[in-house]
Amino acid sequence: MALLEVKDINLSFGGLRVIKNLSFEVDSGRIVSLIGPNGAGKTSVFNCLTGFYRPQEGEIFFDGESMLRRKPHKITQRGMARTFQNLRLFKNMTVLENVMSGMHCRTSAGPIGAVLRLPHERREEAEILRVSEECLDFVGIIDKKDRAAANLPYGDQRRVEWARALATQPKLMLLDEPAAGLNYDEKERLIGLIRRIRDERGVTVLLIEHDMGLVMKVSERITVIDYGEKIAEGTADEVKNDPRVIEAYLGKEEDEAA
Amino acid sequence: MGGNHQDAAVAELSTGGLRNRIYDIVEVRRNRYAIYAALTVGVMLLPAFANNYVMEVFSNAFFYVTLCLGLNIVVGYAGLLDLGYAAFFAVGAYTTGILTSHFHVNFWLTIPFAVGFSIVAGVIIGGPTLRLRSDYLAIVTLGFGEIVRIAARNLKITGGASGLIGIERPVLLGLELSRIQHYYFVFFVLAVVAILISHRLQHSRLGRAWQYVREDEDAAEAMGINRVAVKLYAYIIGAIFGGVAGCFFAAKMTAISPETFQFNQSVLILLGVVLGGMGKIPGVIVGGLVLVLFPEFFRQFEQFRLLVFAVVMLVIMLYRPQGIWPESRQ
Repeated sequence: MALLEVKDINLSFGGLRVIKNLSFEVDSGRIVSLIGPNGAGKTSVFNCLTGFYRPQEGEIFFDGESMLRRKPHKITQRGMARTFQNLRLFKNMTVLENVMSGMHCRTSAGPIGAVLRLPHERREEAEILRVSEECLDFVGIIDKKDRAAANLPYGDQRRVEWARALATQPKLMLLDEPAAGLNYDEKERLIGLIRRIRDERGVTVLLIEHDMGLVMKVSERITVIDYGEKIAEGTADEVKNDPRVIEAYLGKEEDEAA
Repeated sequence: MGGNHQDAAVAELSTGGLRNRIYDIVEVRRNRYAIYAALTVGVMLLPAFANNYVMEVFSNAFFYVTLCLGLNIVVGYAGLLDLGYAAFFAVGAYTTGILTSHFHVNFWLTIPFAVGFSIVAGVIIGGPTLRLRSDYLAIVTLGFGEIVRIAARNLKITGGASGLIGIERPVLLGLELSRIQHYYFVFFVLAVVAILISHRLQHSRLGRAWQYVREDEDAAEAMGINRVAVKLYAYIIGAIFGGVAGCFFAAKMTAISPETFQFNQSVLILLGVVLGGMGKIPGVIVGGLVLVLFPEFFRQFEQFRLLVFAVVMLVIMLYRPQGIWPESRQ
């Protein structure tokens, strides 16, 4: 049974059908990509998976459980973490505080524990700190942990967002255009990081990406969507040569001739 | 060359330099504790030099500091615009009032009841409304504040429009708390407790959760934080602060009426929070003190007192919208 099973989901906003009968699976331990031209509905798929949008039809199973009617914070608690296409860091907080937010769903100390500084609360705070620093170290920016998140260069801010998602200790990480805005070196490091996330932490990765080079290098399986529908699926080589994929990205030949 | 260097140094000293020196002093923990100790000593010594009127003013000041700290949790930490905070203060005051004057319950026992009713009030108003975005939440909380006041004005058990009288004085370790000196210390202790609780909450998992939700609700939700539960916690804890302060207010006044809990009271408490610096404990303390002490200083303007107060508030908000208290050094 796959870690993530998406079955026949349909999403519409008013009269506009954004996702049409989409089904795909992600097996545990794999690195899978979801690609398609701009406007194909990829981020909408992520929003459905994470509970921000509710598809009108279909099913989403994560780790054997239905995620369809769950609130986003519960889905993250179950083990699905996401990063955002346009970074959504907590700008006025430090890098470390940003990453600590990931550990909120793994701890439980409340106001009474906080006010009385009960031992349970103190142990949790130490654990939150430990895990957060470890995640920052994993992505390579532990030395910047006390800087305000807003003051970091873009590439580093992206890394904070990945560290933050890792701190939720997910089983599946959804990366929404992780390479956007990165230069060549940073993209190479990203490929290494994605592989390490899978190899060293056992986290399954599903990514949306536009950089075809990166997608082809890192993905074990690719699902292609266009206008909300799946048009192809397979390994990098299979997808690269699929005429429907080429057509979706480059346009029909008749249009070019005319 | 040398001349330029000197000019720059003088400029540094007169603007950033002085501020940096203050930061340098305050950031050392031992210095901070020394400042707190000095302030506490000052507060303890004041009754020896001051008359009852001054005692009354300062009791009131400490009382408002406590209320502002409570509202700060809702507005400053969680970022929820609450325009009806006086409702919680009313719940506490009327609980103590009714239980002591009608049922002769010991004052100290009324406090857990007041806390209970404040929690209920917090859940009733917070539960359905915290999913709303800020503008709507503001109107609903304003409405709730009015509902509580009008209910108090019309119910028999709350004494109707004339309110409650004959609220019994508390007895603490054999001493009946009846003089203004007693309440001066009671409210000072209340304010200190409020400060300590606020500080602990701010630097806790819940305090961070409030900040995450305040900065970006959806990102916080995506990180696994239940934003509705987090907001409800802020609401309830703020309600408890208001309720407990209300109990002691009732004991001090021995008589309460619905007029004390009008909308302008809620606005005043909010003003104290925003003016001093939302979310910053020292700022909120300053805000609460300003609220009570400035009108006293302006007595020299006689009938223009409140007008001058209003103008000063306006000027402060225009030129320093982030509040009087400075931001901590980044």
